[in-house]
Amino acid sequence: MAVGLPENVFLTRLDAAANWARSNSLWPMPFATACCGIELMATAASRHDMARFGAEVMRFSPRQCDLLIVAGRVVMKMLPVLQRIWLQMPEPKWCISMGACACTGGVFDTYAVVQGVDRFIPVDMYVPGCPPRPEQLLAAIIEMQQKIMRTGTFRGSEFSGRTSPTGPPPFDRDEVRRLQEATPVAGLEIYTPPPRVAQPS
Amino acid sequence: MTCLALSPPLSAPIMLEFKTLHDRFGYDIAESSFCDNRRIVVPSGKVYFVLEFLWKELGFDMLLELTAVDYLEFPEATDRFGVVYGLVNTETGERLIIKTHLNSPELRLPSVVPLWRSADWMEREVFDMYGIEFAGHPDLRRILMPDEFTAFPLRKDYPLRGRGERHNFPVITRAES
Repeated sequence: MAVGLPENVFLTRLDAAANWARSNSLWPMPFATACCGIELMATAASRHDMARFGAEVMRFSPRQCDLLIVAGRVVMKMLPVLQRIWLQMPEPKWCISMGACACTGGVFDTYAVVQGVDRFIPVDMYVPGCPPRPEQLLAAIIEMQQKIMRTGTFRGSEFSGRTSPTGPPPFDRDEVRRLQEATPVAGLEIYTPPPRVAQPS
Repeated sequence: MTCLALSPPLSAPIMLEFKTLHDRFGYDIAESSFCDNRRIVVPSGKVYFVLEFLWKELGFDMLLELTAVDYLEFPEATDRFGVVYGLVNTETGERLIIKTHLNSPELRLPSVVPLWRSADWMEREVFDMYGIEFAGHPDLRRILMPDEFTAFPLRKDYPLRGRGERHNFPVITRAES
């Protein structure tokens, strides 16, 4: 191989070149439903400046995004929307679950709030905090870039092995136990309805 | 008990004579007051006529609030649900609270949308959360919960964490999306 490479030409694997391009131009889909959305906006603003990591292009169409950032609690009525947005995003795509509510439901352990989006959509990165500081979100994005560089393939074949859900099953053991505790016990004093008195009419 | 009126009326209020209500609607209308907060308890069969009288004759032209209370396991409560109407006379600044009680098989009240348009969404909310139907409402659908939801979550016998509705969704894995 006597022929040398000209200047500005380098050799690499196709996977590495694709990963390099993808990880440095993550286009986030901001799914901001609560106060985490404010921190997400702060992360994109000039002080913390997500553009330093090539992730500043917030697109409000899922067709143009490859990083879903779920920021805030997701309620029952919103979850089908979230799933549809996730399905509308083109491959390759990743998901960051930002904040306690998106990861686990947080303090909102009620009938209407989904207890962690990872039960219903795949999640790649969790950001703890209530809400997380912008630095934590930036750390997650950097970690996400490293993960893409480490595991990404040109054809996206690394995703095909992830056939099991990311999160716990929808009804986990704790949930069943709490449901049993919530079931009224017949004969217990506090569950006896008060006597009805006929209303004068 | 002495106390200060927190929000004095705009001008001298027309003091509502409960006697006129008694003469017109019978003596099963109870009244009480605390500070400047005057309350009338009306049987559910008469509530529409009382409200219509208050709007048409006494000028209570604004329905400020319409909500419900579940009295299950409440000490000394005799009825299961209470429905509360908060009225304002915008001429005089007078306020009045009308309350009625409902019990379990007949959870039905006449709608007051013909009187005040502001009752539209508030009646839908009461229907959504307590299952109280409003006869004659133009569009009685759920307003907060999804349409396919079957329970009434603000009833006291509904568990805080629900009956598993929040888990009733398909699970999407990474390989199939």
